[in-house]
Amino acid sequence: MDAEYAIECRGITKTFGTVKANDGIDLNARFGEILALLGENGSGKTTLMNILSGIYHPDSGSVHVSGKALHINSPSDAIGLGIGMIHQHFKLVEIMSAMDNIILGAKDKLQKPSSLKRKILDLCDLYGLKIDPEKKIYQMSVSERQTVEILKVLYRNARILILDEPTAVLTPQETTGLFLILRKMKEKGCCVIIITHKLNEVLEISDRVTILRKGKSVATVLTAETNEARLAESMVGRAVNLSIKRPLVERGKPALEVKNLTSLEPDGRKSLSNLNFTLYSGEMLGVAGIAGSGQKALCETLTGLSKAHAGEIAYEGVNCMGKSAAEISKLGVRLAFVPEDRLGMGLVGSMGIADNMLLKTYKSGKGAFINRKPAIRQAERIIESLDIQTPGVDAPIRMLSGGNIQKVLLGREIESRPKVLIVAYPVRGLDINTSYAIYDLLNEQKRNKTAIIFCGEDIDVLLEISDRIMVLSDGRITGIESAASLTKEDVGLMMAGMDFRDKVQA
Amino acid sequence: MKCSQSLKYTDAQQSQQAAVSIMDIKASERKEPLIRIVKRNELSRTQVLALRLSSAVMAVAAGGLFILMLGFNPFMIYASIVSGAFRSSVALQATIKIMIPLLISSLGVSLAFKMKFWNIGAEGQIIAGAIFASYFALYHGLWPRQALIPAMLAAGIVGGGIWGLIPAIFKNKFNTNETLFTLMLNYIALNLIVFLRDGPWADPESGGFPKIARFVPNVQLPKLFGVQIGWIFALALAVFLHVYMKRSKHGYEISVVGESASTAEYAGMNVRWIVLRTMFLSGGICGAAGMIQAAGSDYTLAQSVAGGVGFTAIIVAWLADLSPLGIFIVSFLFSVLSKGCSVMQSTYGISTYSSNVLQGVILFFVLGCEFFIRHRFALRAPEGEAH
Amino acid sequence: MDYFLSFIAAVILAGTPILFGTVGEIINEKAGNLNLGVEGMMALGACAGFMAGYLLGNPALAIAASFLAGAAGALIYAVLTVTFMANQTVVGLTLTIFGVGFSNFTGEYMLTHSANNTLKIPENVMRALGGLNIQGLSALPIAGKILFSYNIFVYLGIAVAIIAGYYLKRTKIGLSVRAIGENPAAADAAGIKVAPLKYLNIVVGGGICGIGGAYASIITCGGVWMSNSVNGLGWIAVALVIFASWNPIKAILGSYVFGAFSILKYYVPKSYIPAPNAFYDMLPFLVTALILVIASIRDSKENSQPAGCGINYFREER
Repeated sequence: MDAEYAIECRGITKTFGTVKANDGIDLNARFGEILALLGENGSGKTTLMNILSGIYHPDSGSVHVSGKALHINSPSDAIGLGIGMIHQHFKLVEIMSAMDNIILGAKDKLQKPSSLKRKILDLCDLYGLKIDPEKKIYQMSVSERQTVEILKVLYRNARILILDEPTAVLTPQETTGLFLILRKMKEKGCCVIIITHKLNEVLEISDRVTILRKGKSVATVLTAETNEARLAESMVGRAVNLSIKRPLVERGKPALEVKNLTSLEPDGRKSLSNLNFTLYSGEMLGVAGIAGSGQKALCETLTGLSKAHAGEIAYEGVNCMGKSAAEISKLGVRLAFVPEDRLGMGLVGSMGIADNMLLKTYKSGKGAFINRKPAIRQAERIIESLDIQTPGVDAPIRMLSGGNIQKVLLGREIESRPKVLIVAYPVRGLDINTSYAIYDLLNEQKRNKTAIIFCGEDIDVLLEISDRIMVLSDGRITGIESAASLTKEDVGLMMAGMDFRDKVQA
Repeated sequence: MKCSQSLKYTDAQQSQQAAVSIMDIKASERKEPLIRIVKRNELSRTQVLALRLSSAVMAVAAGGLFILMLGFNPFMIYASIVSGAFRSSVALQATIKIMIPLLISSLGVSLAFKMKFWNIGAEGQIIAGAIFASYFALYHGLWPRQALIPAMLAAGIVGGGIWGLIPAIFKNKFNTNETLFTLMLNYIALNLIVFLRDGPWADPESGGFPKIARFVPNVQLPKLFGVQIGWIFALALAVFLHVYMKRSKHGYEISVVGESASTAEYAGMNVRWIVLRTMFLSGGICGAAGMIQAAGSDYTLAQSVAGGVGFTAIIVAWLADLSPLGIFIVSFLFSVLSKGCSVMQSTYGISTYSSNVLQGVILFFVLGCEFFIRHRFALRAPEGEAH
Repeated sequence: MDYFLSFIAAVILAGTPILFGTVGEIINEKAGNLNLGVEGMMALGACAGFMAGYLLGNPALAIAASFLAGAAGALIYAVLTVTFMANQTVVGLTLTIFGVGFSNFTGEYMLTHSANNTLKIPENVMRALGGLNIQGLSALPIAGKILFSYNIFVYLGIAVAIIAGYYLKRTKIGLSVRAIGENPAAADAAGIKVAPLKYLNIVVGGGICGIGGAYASIITCGGVWMSNSVNGLGWIAVALVIFASWNPIKAILGSYVFGAFSILKYYVPKSYIPAPNAFYDMLPFLVTALILVIASIRDSKENSQPAGCGINYFREER
């Protein structure tokens, strides 16, 4: 009776501690179909898919594959059932070649490298993929790594493919390429489940959509019968206005001037090459680029966390070239930075909010000992003003939700009343409500004449919120343009290292 | 099945696969595993304490099983271990004498561990401290005591500190793996003693027996309540480190660096300097333990001045969760066990090595039980209930 | 010439127990386990191998017993680190304390229950485990002494190292093992059974270490029981793993280099090089420390410690 479903979940429930990540989820997908699993960050998409691929074990509920109720106890069970998962954070062995990664764990006998290579290249031809099978993973770009992950799944003849946020790291053009491959798989009779929170992608690629909200499956609809607004509404639970405000603030004096900035990786490659730009107070400058195009290096050299090789960095005329973070702050430059890796760089997970406030101020007191009182007061202030949910100022912040953690970080940085605020991927992993709260906070800073650099991955968001967009490709600036004058495709071309104006001539 | 139909027009390899996966579906028609490991909610402090206590009880019971296998009554043996450690003031003094270097070096190690610098070189740092201090003991043994003993302590701290600094320098500069590097330094230090013993510092009056001369009485640490004054240093150090870690800027820096070096750099801390400073301190404290052992207990520089204490200290610090109070308690228990076992040779004819075996059995249990602080086992739900 | 030949022979004899320990530890580390219990596992093997030879009078059983004892010690480590996810360094150190203690304890226990307060392995066992004498070959000039004169352990060690090298580098399961050592989450996602393979590697590796222990207690001590016969060989083996850059084949040569270090003091005339004995004993560790530093300067991702080494893996970790 259910045989028409490739895979079906009934009443899947999974709790982590006190958090119900999945709460009685129902979901089904057919062969020859692309199902989109849509939901905000934290709605339980990844948990559900991890259950299907045998990584997590559900507390209750059942999984049916080709109509049979089964227990998927491990990833190897899932693979045996023809389920292939492409994780958001790639699961590849860095020091091995693409070839070794592809055959890793596969059931067949070890074969001659030459015949294996042939086999992989044949597979590539079949689906229109490109890869050098002997290249080591650590030498690969993000999209090459994704190709290896896809090949891994194809090599095992998976017929049910699950892709977790596969487009997050790709340029619009690469995304188009990926979608082509997915359609090809669908044609060949596979069942494809794509996890995403991007509405336009859902509409572009899927046949049906299942929407998750707060761990529950709230609706399943045919893609042809829905639109962005309705999807957004069922995803968030109320009608939402998805447009982001771009307050008009009169451009002030130059807050940051960068000239001929070049920085090097430890291995001598250029991570930034000859950057020139000026940031004005009251301006939001969006920075776009493929992951690893120099955004991290840009943030870290500007904030003095890593040394620039050559060039000039000046904050309101104060030369900060070659200065460390501590030295920059001693020069009186009011610079704040919200790094991408919140718990790995901006905060200390095992400490409470109060001790995290101390990170920026602990040195200020006299003597060898720390005065915690001002930090506690500051923590209480931020909890109050940003509505942070926490058991107390001393509860370890790693136990807080992602949104609350980001509020602690942003709250602390804003408290220092910065003249220049650099934020890297400030809404990554946050739900829509919190994301918009963060956008509002940033816009409020802009109104206060703060100059903001916003590194983001969602080009739509960048185009809406920024005044100007700066695109990085391979450590170079491929364009700085007014956001209003650009389209998504223009940005995509620049991300790939091309001049978007070429498009017209081509 | 739709899929296998649609597969027909693809290549042969794929249709072959359809058969494979149907077979696999049959193969995986098994039940969920009987026992699974699941993560549990974070326990409260009292729950953790209760768990640790019960694990200690179980560990002691497991040790009892070992004793039983030897054909002895475990209650009797345990009783004699305890009485062996406490029965007289002399016994208690001997217990504390064992405890002094262990407590000090565990405290030293804990500093490095808090910074997540996996310093397993306490053994070598103890030795280096003892060697440096022994220079003053052997060549300036007649200095006035008020100058000599502080000089020896300082030398011990510097010696151990240098031995701690070396891996830190290489870690900073080249990111050299500190676990393996400190391990190597242990044996380099050990052979340094042998070198000194056989060559420059050989005792001319030993009659060919390889040893370093006994320290003159002026060098030997004085006693207080029958135990060398090292115990005062150890206690003071425990209190000092408690305050240092909890209240000082340095302590805060160490915690942040331990959690994430990037965060520390982000906060404007000089991570390299902090690593150097802390490793000097960590090694220096272990070096002080070496000086105290040589000048207060051995009265010479023996090859066995560290005698595995540096390794045991790592276990102590780990079991105590790096807290100075915990380290005090755990190192005391360790000392009771090893002193108590030493009397079993005379009483029951059981070899003193039994203390190592007993220690091992008990530790295996305690280490295993730590698991239950963060995880638990879940049994398969009864048939038909959950699924 | 003879002097040189006997030096080569002595080098190989001195290197053999280290070779076993090293290969065992490489197999451990390749599967992501930094097992610092090598010394303990070797001690357990030393004790069991000796006692089996002494009590059962059978050389094959002696070797088998040493393997089993080392494997049993390793099993404790595997249960605690793989299933119970305890800290690898601490468990390893504990295993060393336990193993050495247990070995010495058992030895003393047997001594007190022996007839004349010595334990001596029967002659026939010692003969079987002694140097080879192959008709025609062992008598060859030079080659006979260098190639065909050793005890069975020497050849067994080389064979084990070659098999281990083949296993890790060329087989399917070896590929899986290396993947676990580098990135257990990736291996798991690829359908590799992480925990069983870790167990297998730890236990077999431990068994191999155990055989090295038997060499120390039976061959090095000439068939008479002595406490602490392993005496730091396990730690040298841990060092040699680095020297051999986690490659069992390189470990063969490496173990002879380290073996040479340990006997150079008897062979280099003091009049030529007036280095103290301690210097030679220090050499393996000094050289290893140097290699660690050089390797870290080169910062090569390959030929270094597996990235997942020392870290326990739990699938549902978030």
